[in-house]
Amino acid sequence: MRECKQRALGGYRKRKCYLRYIFFLFSLPPGHTAAPPQHMKEPLAYMRKAQASWENRILKSLNSMCTELGVPLAHKRSTQEQKELINKWNEMGTDEPDLSHFRPVYAPKDFLEVLISLRNPNHDCSEQANSRSHWGLIQVPLGVRDIPEMREAFPELGMMTGQLGIDDHTQVPPDLFETEHVRVGKRVVNEQDSAAAQQYSRQGCPTGLRADLWALILNCTNEPEDVMHYEQLKSAVIIHDLLVDNLIYKDVKLTASNDDYYFVFEDYLYQVLLCFSRDTAVLEHFSYNSATPPKSYIKDKQGVEDFTVVYPPNGVIPFHGFSMYVAPLCFLYNEPARLYRVFREMYVRYFFRLHSISSSPSGIVSLCLQFEKLLQTHLPQLFYHLREIGAQPLRIAFKWMVRAFSGYLSTDQLLLLWDRILGYDSLEIVAALAAAVFAFRAENLMEVMSLAAAEAVLADLSTLKVMPLLQIFLFATAI
Amino acid sequence: MAGKVKWVTDIEKSVLINNFEKRGWIQVSDSEDWNFYWMSVQTIRSVFSVDTGYRLSDDQMVNHFPNHYELTRKDLMIKNIKRYRKELEKEGSPLAEKDENGKYLYLDFVPVTFMLPADYNLFVEEFRKSPSSTWIMKPCGKAQGKGIFLINKLSQIKKWSRDSRTSTFVAASSGKEAYVISLYIDNPLLIGGKKFDLRLYVLVTTYRPLKCYMYKLGFCRFCTVKYTPSTSELDNMFVHLTNVAIQKHGDDYNHVHGGKWTVSNLRLYLESTRGKEVTNRLFDQIHWIVVQSLKAVAPVMNNDKHCFECYGYDIIIDDKLKPWLIEVNASPSLTSSTANDRILKYNLMNDTLNIVTPNGEIPDCRWNRSPPREALGNYQVLYDEEQAQSESAERDLRSRSGQSLGPRGARASSVRPTPATWK
Repeated sequence: MRECKQRALGGYRKRKCYLRYIFFLFSLPPGHTAAPPQHMKEPLAYMRKAQASWENRILKSLNSMCTELGVPLAHKRSTQEQKELINKWNEMGTDEPDLSHFRPVYAPKDFLEVLISLRNPNHDCSEQANSRSHWGLIQVPLGVRDIPEMREAFPELGMMTGQLGIDDHTQVPPDLFETEHVRVGKRVVNEQDSAAAQQYSRQGCPTGLRADLWALILNCTNEPEDVMHYEQLKSAVIIHDLLVDNLIYKDVKLTASNDDYYFVFEDYLYQVLLCFSRDTAVLEHFSYNSATPPKSYIKDKQGVEDFTVVYPPNGVIPFHGFSMYVAPLCFLYNEPARLYRVFREMYVRYFFRLHSISSSPSGIVSLCLQFEKLLQTHLPQLFYHLREIGAQPLRIAFKWMVRAFSGYLSTDQLLLLWDRILGYDSLEIVAALAAAVFAFRAENLMEVMSLAAAEAVLADLSTLKVMPLLQIFLFATAI
Repeated sequence: MAGKVKWVTDIEKSVLINNFEKRGWIQVSDSEDWNFYWMSVQTIRSVFSVDTGYRLSDDQMVNHFPNHYELTRKDLMIKNIKRYRKELEKEGSPLAEKDENGKYLYLDFVPVTFMLPADYNLFVEEFRKSPSSTWIMKPCGKAQGKGIFLINKLSQIKKWSRDSRTSTFVAASSGKEAYVISLYIDNPLLIGGKKFDLRLYVLVTTYRPLKCYMYKLGFCRFCTVKYTPSTSELDNMFVHLTNVAIQKHGDDYNHVHGGKWTVSNLRLYLESTRGKEVTNRLFDQIHWIVVQSLKAVAPVMNNDKHCFECYGYDIIIDDKLKPWLIEVNASPSLTSSTANDRILKYNLMNDTLNIVTPNGEIPDCRWNRSPPREALGNYQVLYDEEQAQSESAERDLRSRSGQSLGPRGARASSVRPTPATWK
């Protein structure tokens, strides 16, 4: 907000910020301005508790790695080391330090176990499985949208509306919709109207306009001060070496560097993620994130409250697969500063919800539950079959959802999906797609007899066309 | 249909053999009767040589044109393109138009190149015009990046000519070990800070009339080491050469993707970062230079009716999004470096065979060379001289009779005309 007000005072993009300000006002419950800050983060006590104990586990694991390897959380680089890093800033990928001792702090699998064990103490879920009970792994009662409600919330995905990702591929009449849609898109970009860009993105962004439209929706400017901010972060990276750098490095090597689509951008990923870990502006998002930034003590001052520091400086500990949040954006932005800005905004709006425990409708718990409920309601036979053979669907779909499908779909399809995330300002579409994928492969899945076989059926999603899948699942399923 | 196709190959690659077996064809040795011979360029030389060669019969087909080297040897390709330009100029063709600096507007698609030792004096003259430029030396007859090096001082080339006088340079006078020296593209388009080149597959079924097809599934080959144009790195070949054969020796070679990126990734990236119009123009220009290079060699090519050829085109894109033709390979590698690579090459062979041996039947060299659209697979028609001529005749007829041609009439069958490249 602070940043936003400043810009508004400057008279630049006034309307956009005004809209965000209004949104901010309405998002506060009336008369509850004095509500404790943790309620802003997460209203349900058992969720807050679960998140806190999960954070403890992560921190313990990080600390024990520190002790085991004898590596400090942070240390200042020598002048010589600083010089070397400056020189290889653009080719950090060519370095092959020995990272065999480092392991990711956690992987999505570990996180799933935590979500499965979540219980609401006020809710009895001990009843036997029957047609009314929930067959899935997530056992907390949260309100999630079913198909009729999704139709209402996502009307532009319906059969009657033109869609990039569907209607640009029809043969007759050729590119009628596309031509008009591109024309409108150019106008939206020219007028720099953030709200219009968001509405527009619901029908998909044309490839050539997507970078500008997303930046517009996210209010990401490319002003000299943005470039300067990035340069400041860069020098912070150069001065201090952090333990999390190794985790980032390892993660990129394990994921993006081996990816057919993203290996080209390896160096950009380091440039973005290392800077991200130093960016204290990210801390602001903890006012509405159920997570709390981890704290550490300055050397020799253990236990003294005054000497606590947030670690890493942005408060986010990367996990296995984290770099895949950045990778697809490399297709859109070739200037590191702009790429960085857009990624940070995507993170503080959406991605943080995919690895923190909360009751938000876009939070990972709700997405998991929504996925399971959609399957149970609309493909009960399939769900029952998979459950019987010990292949709980969520065990397969969880990894897709934690990464918002990055690294699983082909990039063009992934970008069409993320268009809708931005357009609806919601991650629910991710859960719907996960269910749609199961629906699409239902016939093959009905024949498998083990979790491994089910996983094999769903191993390669790179040939899927997401928009037709979503449309058919949400709008052509009999209800 | 009478019987099964009998095939021979001297290139034992699974992507080939699997395709033959899938069709139920029968393997024979080259001393038996065969219908289809997928051969190396060494073998083709003897098949068509005056001394040992034999007459191919109507039901035999081979995968090279007898003098393919007019296109696939670096020096001859340059010679043919230079001659083609001159001829067009003489005819007063609008294609040969030049700008105020004397550069061809539409035919300037190969880097400035000279033969060595023959054009040594011409080269020195050109070098002195821009002494800070870097040049790349390539032996004419070698492939896969062998024998290539960079120079940026005249003294280097003098030293090379002294050193090699005893061995290769002497042989050069006989035409065997000649070199070409080309202006090095020192402003290549970088993606993620890395240099790359494009490998595209082009199928030619006849040169007169010219019929050629572009394979949609080409790929970009990336250098594993960051690109720095500084001259201190001139000796580090990994920076400059993108051939997989060279890159495989780099420490960073990745066996999952092999440094290969699909053309559809390239298109998505360029459209996203540079816009759709310039991206389309780039791909139109690439198609244009492929067609022009084939037209340049068509008059000298021995258009033997038993032949077809699948070429590997190497193209570099500079940072102004201008494509440059680097070289054409007669025997693009059928070795698969990754799983995706294997699928790609298997499909490439499959689609190639579907076009040149319709329905997998015994070849007939008098075939009409007009495969139906559904037989093209991942190929698209790049240029069909026959059809282009009949269409332009039709257009004349229609315009005379006052009928208008549909907006997409001529597009499907020829290179998409754009104002930038086609007059």
